[in-house]
Amino acid sequence: MSRFILRRLGFMVLTVLLASVVIFWATTVLPGDVASQTLGRFATEQAKQELRHKLGLDKPVTTQYTTWLSNYVRGDWGDSPSMATKVRPVVFERLRNSLMLALVAFAMYVPLGIFLGLIAALRKNTWPDNLISVGSLAFIGLPEFVSGTFLIAIFAIELQWLPSQSSIDPGSSFAEAFPYLILPGITVALTSLAYVVRMTRSSTVDVLQMDYVRTANLKGLPPRRVLFTHVLRNSLLPTVTVVAIGIGWLIGGLIITESLFDYPGIGRLLLFAIERRDLVLIQATALLIVIIYVVANLVADVLYAVLNPRIRYT
Amino acid sequence: MATIMQGPAPSGEAAKAPRPVFEIEGLHIDYTTELGVLHAVRDVSITVHEHESFGLVGESGSGKSTLAMGSIRYLASNGKVTDGSVRLNGQELLGLPAKQLRELWGSSIGVVYQSPLSALNPSIVIGKQLAEVARQHLGMDASAAKARVVEMLTKVAMPDPEAVMKRYPHQLSGGMLQRCVIAMALMTDPSLLIMDEPTTALDVTTQAVVLDLVAELKREFESAILYITHDLGVITKICDRVGVMYAGEFMEQADLRGLFARPLHPYTLDLLGCVPHFDPTPEKRSLVTIPGAIPRVDELPPGCIFAPRCEFVEEACTIARPPLEEVADEHLSACRRWRIVPPPAEYLREATAALRTAGASAEQGGVLVEAKDTEVHFKAPKGVIRAVDGVDLEVRVGETLGVVGESGSGKTTVARAIIGLTPATGGDIKLRGSSLARTTGKRPRSTLREIQMVFQNPDASLNPTRSVGDAIMRPLTLLSGVSREEAKRRAQDLLRSVSLPVSYFDRLPHELSGGEKQRVAIARAFAAEPELILCDEPISSLDVSVQGSLMNLLMQLQVDKQTSYLFISHDLSAVQHLSDTIAVVYLGHVMEIGDAVQVLTLPFHPYTEALLSAVPLPDPDVKQKPIRLGGSVPSAMHVPTGCRFHPRCPRFLGDVCVNEEPPWREGQGDHRIYCHIPLDELSRLQTGTLVFSGAEPAAGSIDYGEDDR
Repeated sequence: MSRFILRRLGFMVLTVLLASVVIFWATTVLPGDVASQTLGRFATEQAKQELRHKLGLDKPVTTQYTTWLSNYVRGDWGDSPSMATKVRPVVFERLRNSLMLALVAFAMYVPLGIFLGLIAALRKNTWPDNLISVGSLAFIGLPEFVSGTFLIAIFAIELQWLPSQSSIDPGSSFAEAFPYLILPGITVALTSLAYVVRMTRSSTVDVLQMDYVRTANLKGLPPRRVLFTHVLRNSLLPTVTVVAIGIGWLIGGLIITESLFDYPGIGRLLLFAIERRDLVLIQATALLIVIIYVVANLVADVLYAVLNPRIRYT
Repeated sequence: MATIMQGPAPSGEAAKAPRPVFEIEGLHIDYTTELGVLHAVRDVSITVHEHESFGLVGESGSGKSTLAMGSIRYLASNGKVTDGSVRLNGQELLGLPAKQLRELWGSSIGVVYQSPLSALNPSIVIGKQLAEVARQHLGMDASAAKARVVEMLTKVAMPDPEAVMKRYPHQLSGGMLQRCVIAMALMTDPSLLIMDEPTTALDVTTQAVVLDLVAELKREFESAILYITHDLGVITKICDRVGVMYAGEFMEQADLRGLFARPLHPYTLDLLGCVPHFDPTPEKRSLVTIPGAIPRVDELPPGCIFAPRCEFVEEACTIARPPLEEVADEHLSACRRWRIVPPPAEYLREATAALRTAGASAEQGGVLVEAKDTEVHFKAPKGVIRAVDGVDLEVRVGETLGVVGESGSGKTTVARAIIGLTPATGGDIKLRGSSLARTTGKRPRSTLREIQMVFQNPDASLNPTRSVGDAIMRPLTLLSGVSREEAKRRAQDLLRSVSLPVSYFDRLPHELSGGEKQRVAIARAFAAEPELILCDEPISSLDVSVQGSLMNLLMQLQVDKQTSYLFISHDLSAVQHLSDTIAVVYLGHVMEIGDAVQVLTLPFHPYTEALLSAVPLPDPDVKQKPIRLGGSVPSAMHVPTGCRFHPRCPRFLGDVCVNEEPPWREGQGDHRIYCHIPLDELSRLQTGTLVFSGAEPAAGSIDYGEDDR
């Protein structure tokens, strides 16, 4: 098991390295110059040169890359020209905010998705199944800016139950932020719900046809016990994987939702950095998002292996 | 005629009438499908007594599993029992509330399934799965349940029960798992035990051990057993009474010996005739074939449902459906003409024909393929897998070499090395005296044409998106280099030669039955006019009657085209039926090889002896000494020293077997045995391993003999 995790960790480091190259390369070929960005359009050429020299931008690209990477690893993520502050504390604060939003969405769609998926599987090809399957499919196709706008129109503008914008102070506590997390949380949950429902339904339908479920029934176990001990244990395995991989997206990929509600999360931060051509901030944020994705995948793999005794750890 | 049915009761306790435990009366089961309502089981009745085991025999589609599962009301949601009565210990099961029914399942009714691996939950340890039954029905707490599980596992002769309980299903072998499932089914001492093909998924040696166990448990427990199988040989080991099902109805019911000695329904007679008779003579005869196929239950003929395929049909048979009636003492037949159904021996002589004599071409034809010291070793992370480890074989022109062994013996890998799909890592394979390149990529097309292969599973070996015609034309255009028109003409001829209608040319594989698909695969193999066809378990996954007709087809094509076969099977009956010479392989090495008659008569290699003793023969009068192999085939990564069979050998001598490779002992002709024990000593030890009833008994003078099963 530990060998299996070590191997996966090795792959993970490799993936992150590769991504860091791509991110760095992409930011250096982007039009725009840190020096002119920082100093403004009317700065003298000499001042720009001095700043470039100070930032190491006059060195070869490979040297720039290795310097950047080693600084990143050591925790020195540089200064953001557009925010005129250290990058790392800002990114981590926004990451915390994204985690809060992810938590709220997660707590809504995972239990509900599993529940609906199970109902659909157990009532296969009846009206509850059709309703759930068609309904969840409809939400898969609905972009967040559409569903989010609807939610705002209904709950914020029409009913005035909840705030329409979530532009909280980035340092707010979870309790303070909570009312502002509900609408964006529902928006995210609606999109993810369908994946959980469909995965739970299809794997449960498969498992219900397995010989060992017949065995469990013909042992005379009560139907509830058959479901909880024999069916769920196996049918939720693929769902666990989908959910765990989804965590990466949930934390790092909410650019649209966060922008729509103007919520100060990491996705919103990345968008802001791109708008401002803030290369230092882009690099730091993008690489962190990559790391979150890769860790989520690792968690999914390990979780699957732990839950499934048939997996050989190679 | 009825007098032949008399004789001592099979159980031997004629004194008091045994108590009926499980009674099914006039049962009807329907399935609602897109095609409408299908009457899958119609008006079926059986009675099973305590200590008795009732064999339910039939081919796929006969409704045997539907009957068994429907009788305890476990049916798919579209299945329904529409009429009849099912009583367990006098209690009516139909109409019983679901909750009470569940209390019977697992307590009064135990079930053993076909594939033990899929019948157990893959993510729960064995001990917990078994304990569940004890906790549910016997009201035991965790520790009492655990003790009960240990007790039951000990009863099914499981070595080290405590360790087994901590294992997951995938960590145990098939035989071990099936013992666990049997232990689970017997946990509550059930009144009824349903066994649904419990040994079909197991190796023949493991099957023998499990069958012994079931026979022993049958004496120990009072349970009435409903034993479902397609295998007439297995029936003889376990069952007291037998019911033969066909398309949802019983054709015949009788006690075991009565049924085999004197079947009174043509379908039973045909079933007995289409499995190879174990009979080591050089004469190669055809098997009985049943024309047509089992009718679909929504397309049943108006009269007797077997009439369209029946040898003895007359007009009256096609008008009204004959009922199942007691025509002799305890012997029920649904045939109007049961009086004229001939004794099996007589029928076999008439309905089958001698096709050829084995070994006839030994002098004339010469050697086609010769494999010397063939080795196929695979590199694995933790060592070398010696799948084939020094095999010498010869296939002569126009003859069949049968290769037999348990799974893991390397028999398939040998074939793949010969055809070049898996490159040999050592040795030399010659075709007509010239060495073959090790991979297909390096062999010229003319060589590729000369060796073809038929695989076990036609579903996987036929491309589902290519029509039958395309599949057969492919080798013609690719290897024989003929034009498309010519290829099409020849492909149609080939379809005819494998007895398929030419209209199948444009069909896709999924529109064909399993047997028809395998016929297409055979036609494809013959298309390139090869010299040698490697048949890798080509009939194992098919119904017995289909197996019979395919064996006839293979033999007829061989006679017509003088093609040589390498026939691989775990089924010794099929191998002996088709082969001129037989090679018995174990763990990548030949243990015994030679003329088929020589291999199957004294002396035997101890491994051959164990296989012969394990093969369930469809003849209750054959006596087989119970020689059983412990454990399973070891991993080819850790081949035992000396004689590789020594850890399981029932005739193990001692250090010599552990330390020294055995010598090849030469018998008659080219018969060779790889063993430390001299041949005359083997002959002496093995007398009585397999004793046939001798000359075919004349009708009316059946000697039941003593029952030593």
